[in-house]
Amino acid sequence: MEMIDKSKKTFSVKSFFLRWEVLLLLIFIVYNIIIIFTTPYYLDINNIFDMTFIFTEKGLVALIMAFIIITGNVDLSVASIMGLSSVAMAASYQAGVNIWAAFLIGLLIGTSAGFLNGMIITRLSLPAIIITLATYSFYRGIAYVILGNEAVSGFTKKFSYIGQGYIGNSPVPFPLIIFLIIAVISIIILHRTTFGRMVYAIGLNEKAAFASGIPIKKIKLLLFTLSGFMSGFAGMIITSRIGNTRPNIATGFELEIITIVILGGVMITGGVGNMWGVFISIVLISTIRYGLGFHNVPGQIMLVVTGGLLISSILINNFLKTFVSNRVLKR
Amino acid sequence: MAENILELKNISKQFPGVLALDGVDFDLKEGEVHALVGENGAGKSTLVKIITGIYKSTEGNIIYKGKEIEWANPLESVMEGIAAIYQEPTIFPDLNVAENIFMGHHKFNKYTRKIRWKELYDKTRELMKNLNPNIKPKDRIIGLSLAERQLVEIAKALSMEAKIIIMDEPTSALSISESEELFSIIENLKQDGKAILFISHRLEDVFVVADRVTVFRDGKLIGTKDIKDVTNESLIEMMVGRKVKDLFPKIDVKQGKEVLRIENLSKKGNFKNVSFSLHEGEILGFYGLVGAGRTEVAKAIFGMDLADSGKIFIRGKEKKIRNPDQAIEMGLAYVPENRDEEGIILDTDITTNISLPILESVSNFGWLDKNAEIKTANKYSEMLEVKASGLDQKVMNLSGGNKQKVSLAKWLASKSKILLFDEPTKGIDVGAKAAVHKFISELASKGFAILMISSELPEIMGMSDNILVMHEGLVTNYFKKGEATREKILQSAISDKK
Repeated sequence: MEMIDKSKKTFSVKSFFLRWEVLLLLIFIVYNIIIIFTTPYYLDINNIFDMTFIFTEKGLVALIMAFIIITGNVDLSVASIMGLSSVAMAASYQAGVNIWAAFLIGLLIGTSAGFLNGMIITRLSLPAIIITLATYSFYRGIAYVILGNEAVSGFTKKFSYIGQGYIGNSPVPFPLIIFLIIAVISIIILHRTTFGRMVYAIGLNEKAAFASGIPIKKIKLLLFTLSGFMSGFAGMIITSRIGNTRPNIATGFELEIITIVILGGVMITGGVGNMWGVFISIVLISTIRYGLGFHNVPGQIMLVVTGGLLISSILINNFLKTFVSNRVLKR
Repeated sequence: MAENILELKNISKQFPGVLALDGVDFDLKEGEVHALVGENGAGKSTLVKIITGIYKSTEGNIIYKGKEIEWANPLESVMEGIAAIYQEPTIFPDLNVAENIFMGHHKFNKYTRKIRWKELYDKTRELMKNLNPNIKPKDRIIGLSLAERQLVEIAKALSMEAKIIIMDEPTSALSISESEELFSIIENLKQDGKAILFISHRLEDVFVVADRVTVFRDGKLIGTKDIKDVTNESLIEMMVGRKVKDLFPKIDVKQGKEVLRIENLSKKGNFKNVSFSLHEGEILGFYGLVGAGRTEVAKAIFGMDLADSGKIFIRGKEKKIRNPDQAIEMGLAYVPENRDEEGIILDTDITTNISLPILESVSNFGWLDKNAEIKTANKYSEMLEVKASGLDQKVMNLSGGNKQKVSLAKWLASKSKILLFDEPTKGIDVGAKAAVHKFISELASKGFAILMISSELPEIMGMSDNILVMHEGLVTNYFKKGEATREKILQSAISDKK
């Protein structure tokens, strides 16, 4: 009887170039070659490192968002949690709490907000998109209740290190190091551990995963709690970087974060995606913003660029796929 | 003799790498029921798709109502009176019966484009009168059973004045009484001169309903026979090309200790006071009509849909099972009936599927050992003779029988010794069926305890040591080895009188 062919998977050039993250990497390289030759100071080491300040907050949250989207869920409340934890931290500081205690309060509020999301979603078995749409308004609303239209500033110098500091005398920003560590951990967890495997399984077929003994509810609860924690932490970084906060801080970040994850090749329907892709996507978007900044391209144009990039990479990928499968059929 | 309404001459269909149909000559007469049988992949579905215009044949002619035709698209064949009804009807569950029947050919006012609802409802009522008058035109589909939905599909075919009605596995999900109703409706359609193409894995049904039968194997038409000229055995022989010596290779095993005991398990609206026990080496057949509550009982034991009350004892100790994770921990496994939804992940490879319940044993402290994973997957897919191009092949591209083997293989790698099989051979072909039976039998002989839910009486009778029968949520009978007869089992399954 003919059996399974045990020969190892052979490396194929064709399938390599069809991989989303490889396509993204190519776009990244092409873009950088062009921008390097047209932009003086682009390669300045200090400038490059300083550029990373603008993406670490969103990048951190995007890493966790990737896990959530791979399970077939989504968290729309992340930016509101960033706002709420930032405001909670600022309000406690204003009330005389020590800055580091206030920092911990901010983290705690963020984590609790994520935990609450997770509890509602898993206990009531409701779609995450609906629950987090509700808490998206709810958490932002609480932030407004706490601070009104006030802004809080004047945090201590030491606190500003979290969002603005450099490692020793080097030009390497502190938040960048945190981001890189979390990114490496995320890549390892998603691609090398049983936890990562379970995350994919839930996204591919939740019922079958459940019937195979995978603790779906625990994993979802954990991921939403983590998402809340990371949003809280990102809220601290952005507050520290800007040096003040208002209830509307980080407004609209959730869609940017989701866009980064989708551009990274994660399928919104779940089960498909790669943490490398998300990582490249974060870096790509930042370098584009950075490069266009030199040419005085206003922020609004960046929105056009990001949207255009998302659509065109999907089109290119689809085109390549149909092109290849047609070739295979004609043979 | 009736006229040929459809003739296929020398039809071939070439797919990349596969000759799906090879020079097929086939005819269908007015007022006959013509059965198509053959294993999965034999070419039945390809033939149907060529008749309905979904595929174009690579070679050959189609003659319909005496004229040679070539369908430009599937819609054309529908308009010309060829209707196909599939296993799971593709209808709009939230719309009502009349809307579904007239979907695509609503009657409307020419000028205002307003739908003439009254006419629609009257027409529907008329159509339903002969099929099932209990189905009202304004009933929503979502409240109808699968059998009733099939009738809606038939009504839709009739509303378009279909001449040929193709039924693909219509009885696979129906209970016995529902099947019988369907057969009498088919008989009526036949009297009205409709030609019916009936595709089924259930040979019993073919003998009840068909006038002629055509057997396919490996893309070739093996033969067309009058039903009175064939027997069950000769049909199977034509289908597989050899004699299937033993479809039920049951090994006699001495039963060991009791490993699972269920006491008064109840779940409101599903089942009540279910009690039984299962021993090492035993295959306990669990028979009943579709909807009797057997799947619900198995899912309650496995922690997927919890019971309201009752006790579960595993190896003599009472256990609380709240989710499949705990059930697996206690040595249970459940191979679900709807394999593609709950049993396997279609969109990923064989290895990932097999290692899903045993991730702990192919990892160190959460770190996946991909070599161990591949080794395990290889061992169990070889043991079950899974046919695939490689372990990295996506499960969705496997045949039904091989999907089922993957769905079984994942549990063998686990340490589970109490196996709950829910319709383990549903929708797979005769060859794969015999392989699965052989395998289940071998497991029992190794000391596994097996609860086998099945709606196929020959399977229940051929494979079980003891037999449990359920009717509308209640256990109506328990037959010890050798006590059961076909009649006794059926009697217990259709009424709760002992």
